[in-house]
Amino acid sequence: MNLVEPEMQVATAVKPILEVEDLRTHFFTRDGVTRAVDGVSFTVAPGETLGIVGESGCGKSVTALSILRLLPARLGRIVGGSVRFEGQELLSLPEGRMRDIRGNRVAMIFQEPMTSLNPVLTIGDQIAEAVMIHQGASRSDALRRAAEMLRLVRIPDAEKRVGDYPHQFSGGMRQRVMIAMALSCSPRLLIADEPTTALDVTVQAQILKLMLELKQATGSAVMLITHDLGVIAETCQRVIVMYAGRVVEQAEVLELFDAPLHPYTRGLMASIPRIGLGRRKRLAEIPGIVPDLRKPIVGCAFAPRCPIASARCRAEPPPLAEHRPGHLAACWHAGEMP
Amino acid sequence: MSEAAIAAEEARPGRLKAFGTFARRNPTIVIGAVLLAFMVTLALLAPLITNPPMQASPADRLKPPDFSNFFDPEKRDRFGTDNLGRDIFARTLHGARVSLMVGLSVAILATVIGLAIGLVAGYYRRVDAVVMRLMDGLMSIPSILLAIALVALTRGGLLLLIIAITIPEVPRVVRLVRAVVLAVRERPFVDAAISVGSRSRKIIIRHVLPMTVAPLIVQATYICASAILIEAGLSFLGAGVPPEIATWGNMIAQSRLFFARAPWLIFFPGAALALVVLAVNLLGDGLRDRLDPRLARRM
Repeated sequence: MNLVEPEMQVATAVKPILEVEDLRTHFFTRDGVTRAVDGVSFTVAPGETLGIVGESGCGKSVTALSILRLLPARLGRIVGGSVRFEGQELLSLPEGRMRDIRGNRVAMIFQEPMTSLNPVLTIGDQIAEAVMIHQGASRSDALRRAAEMLRLVRIPDAEKRVGDYPHQFSGGMRQRVMIAMALSCSPRLLIADEPTTALDVTVQAQILKLMLELKQATGSAVMLITHDLGVIAETCQRVIVMYAGRVVEQAEVLELFDAPLHPYTRGLMASIPRIGLGRRKRLAEIPGIVPDLRKPIVGCAFAPRCPIASARCRAEPPPLAEHRPGHLAACWHAGEMP
Repeated sequence: MSEAAIAAEEARPGRLKAFGTFARRNPTIVIGAVLLAFMVTLALLAPLITNPPMQASPADRLKPPDFSNFFDPEKRDRFGTDNLGRDIFARTLHGARVSLMVGLSVAILATVIGLAIGLVAGYYRRVDAVVMRLMDGLMSIPSILLAIALVALTRGGLLLLIIAITIPEVPRVVRLVRAVVLAVRERPFVDAAISVGSRSRKIIIRHVLPMTVAPLIVQATYICASAILIEAGLSFLGAGVPPEIATWGNMIAQSRLFFARAPWLIFFPGAALALVVLAVNLLGDGLRDRLDPRLARRM
């Protein structure tokens, strides 16, 4: 299944809807400062699907939360950089103006459909919440809109089910409800943080397909965060690979899968299980563990685990540079094989 | 259960059967509620069904209880009479009005005030430390001492008594609500609500407040029971309601001199006090089992 259609490939010349520049988000914990996001830059074009991939703790989710300024204030703080949405700087926006953007212009889907819905409120009321806030609709109008959204995400008997509670829905249906909630105000950008991780594989494909269809219908851009390269391959046009709070590679999806430049990306791809590789062959893995983000990282963060690391890698951080048209990598030995 | 019993069960009309099932599963709720409803009814009807509680009749002093012709409206010594010849039955029922009034008012006041403070303290972390230290301070004031001080400074009365009992109860509610809020605000649906652009006030009212209702109902019953006891204690000490008003505490206090000759003077208000507190506590225990899923045994 390849859901990316050729005519949807977006020209890079279009003015981006979201520009993230040198974003730095740090967590101030008792044992020191954790640099969860350490200078991340990227853009999202209108109507584009951008994938962000990386292993647990690489800063994908924190990046997403930073964009909407949803980080718990007592823990994490955005210490630098800029996030511009439709040309407007979000990081310095007053909280009241930020609320007008959340759920209205930029919406978010969370990882846990099981717990992201309030168990004591009806589905309809929860979808209606955003509509009432942002469009000033009356409760009955908002509930009608909620039923419409439920029909759109293909929940059978939508009119009746608006009055149901979350426990009356299955996991896949709840994620559809979350999508309905996120899209209820037709946002320009949808941030989906591991939307299918908690779901069955069969349901995963349905949800992704639904999300992309709705995205096409509404013309919104999608930022899809996942650790699953398979999901990326099926859904995204452009991919960002993150490691230890930094962007290590960025390319169009086919280019990335055809010719990964960064050794970390190659490692990720080698660790995807494949059928027919022969019985005795063990699954490839990346040796070592993610570096401790509380300690300052000198040089390339991936160097300790990298098969081709040199003395320069350990001393000097590689910049994110364009090695092929539209294909960026942060590696001194980009493209070299071990 | 025998087949005949099952058949009989099924033959009963639906609503009654549903109530039967509920009563069998939650006996403490039903017993507590029925007992309390009985006491409340008696208290409400007291002016209609009894003699005036103040009417003294020196000729009938210290008559022992006489249960014959119990329902004769003119009868004055069903529960006996006190040292001034006043009707103990009438005084006990009128005392119930004061006790239940105090219990209910304190429970409602403490719950509402505590809920408001607890929601704010739990949700807005900045005010939390200050508010909670203030609450710790309030909590350290014993109700009895506070009431005595307030009565000494002013003229006393029911309203003052209610305020004096409420003040030290509020911090307990605040702590409970704050604990619930702290747990709920970390749940993902709160983040989801923030991410669609809800204001803090709306999140507190729509998403957090409903989660506090179940533990609050339980806490309110305990507050009600303890308020009734404290009121009786204060009246007994002479720091509560003025002595001319019939309350259980006043009655017990006034009759302790005659205890050896006329024990019924203490027995009836004492028994009524024990019964009401028991009823409220049974109700509270039952509700706790029913509303807290972790404690529910039969759900």
